[in-house]
Amino acid sequence: MYYFLFLILSIMAVGGVIGMILSRNQAYNALFLVLSFASLGGLYALLDAPFIATIQIIIYAGAIIVLFLFVIMIINLKKGLPQERKKWIPYLAIFLGVIFLFQIIYPVISNLIFFKQQKGIIEGSPLNLGSALFSEYLYPFEITSLIIIIALIGAVVLLKRKGAK
Amino acid sequence: MSIFIDFVLIPIIKILVIVTFVFVSVLILIWIERRFQGFVQSRLGPNRVGPQGILQSVADAIKLLTKEDVIPNQVDRFIFNISPIIAFVTALVVFALIPFGAELNIFGRKITLYLADLNIGLLFIIGFNSIGVFGIILGGWAAKSKYPLLGSLRSASQMISYEVALIMSLVSVLFFSRSLSLVEIVKAQQEMKVWFAFIQPLAFFIFFIAGVAESNRLPFDLPEAESELVGGFHTEYSGMKFAFYFVAEFAHVIFFSALVTVLFFGGWLRPFPNVDWLNFLDYIPPVFWFLGKLAFFVFIFMWIRATWPRYRYDQLEMISWKWLIPLALVNIFITGLIVILVK
Repeated sequence: MYYFLFLILSIMAVGGVIGMILSRNQAYNALFLVLSFASLGGLYALLDAPFIATIQIIIYAGAIIVLFLFVIMIINLKKGLPQERKKWIPYLAIFLGVIFLFQIIYPVISNLIFFKQQKGIIEGSPLNLGSALFSEYLYPFEITSLIIIIALIGAVVLLKRKGAK
Repeated sequence: MSIFIDFVLIPIIKILVIVTFVFVSVLILIWIERRFQGFVQSRLGPNRVGPQGILQSVADAIKLLTKEDVIPNQVDRFIFNISPIIAFVTALVVFALIPFGAELNIFGRKITLYLADLNIGLLFIIGFNSIGVFGIILGGWAAKSKYPLLGSLRSASQMISYEVALIMSLVSVLFFSRSLSLVEIVKAQQEMKVWFAFIQPLAFFIFFIAGVAESNRLPFDLPEAESELVGGFHTEYSGMKFAFYFVAEFAHVIFFSALVTVLFFGGWLRPFPNVDWLNFLDYIPPVFWFLGKLAFFVFIFMWIRATWPRYRYDQLEMISWKWLIPLALVNIFITGLIVILVK
């Protein structure tokens, strides 16, 4: 059952991303991304991390893609995206893609040739996660939230400056 | 055999009961709402089909089911077809988590009156709620026409703003329940012998307003404002697909009433769990209390719809970002402070 679910979810996740790259229609792009995010959430759930799984779906599939769709609806490009102008961009993309692919494949080959369920050391229940975040990992957690707030303030400042002109 | 009964038969029966419950109550609620609005606005409302018009919704349902399914030429077919399904399914799935009552003993077998009790229950609900938004946004977008697009644009920003307020109002409840599971939340109220509405009135207030906004009901029904946008996001929909949206909206109303009941009004607990001489109320089955509270909040939803004018769009955004969210933050802060000090 576990292998079956894992297989379906990973095919959906990878297929979603591939579909997103290949499709030229922005709304379909966003939908493929939702598919991929949702199946990632499913994969987290399989790893005994229900909290992360739902947060993944709420934040990424819910909030962020809704914002994407919002922008897509306002822009409403009729013929899809224009062709990329800079000629060297695809080559750079291929180069980086190969490097990243290697980075993913290398640990997979070296560690999990026969993929098996790695039972979490602690179950990722909300309680365990919360107590870990607010005791052991308090500083990283607070620093992350500070960075996010700085980004938020930065966005507001940029918008204000633009509006003043 | 026992495994079969426990893991296949009973869940299937529960699913059937829950789905029938939702459908039947939606049919009845539509009729009640139309009659009630008629009463409030000094007119009759539907009173022709059946006694007092009670079969009107059944007639409407049959009409919508048998109607031709018109798909306009310009639409994006796949998304156009799939979005009512998204809205409908997500509105229905979340009922699996609602605890209708405590455990029940039937033929010596303990049967829980909920389909699932997840330790991330509330987050699961919020997640499905945020997926459900896609049904409305995509439906309006895929119709490729003016008014639905405006409706779904409004819906997108409204849903995001009120979801923030909704989630933040929940946090202060979690201080007391110490669990995200709906069953545990009710049990926490049983142990504390008080409904959370009395210790968290502000959170209840914010949650209820955000709930009305999330289910697109009247003071916040800008995605489908009839006087401005024809039918809003479902302008181009007809027949069965329109019915899906309609049922989904009412299912949301029922669901949010159930959620308010569970989170703030003690779920299946009797009123005043701390007063001893009211013990005789325990003889009334818990399901009855739950459904009674649920009906009361559904009625308040209708009452608001019948009497309140619609907000302007900027007012709607202002209520959420400038009032509800700061209030919820202050509430979280004060509650946290009190919890720490009492400890």
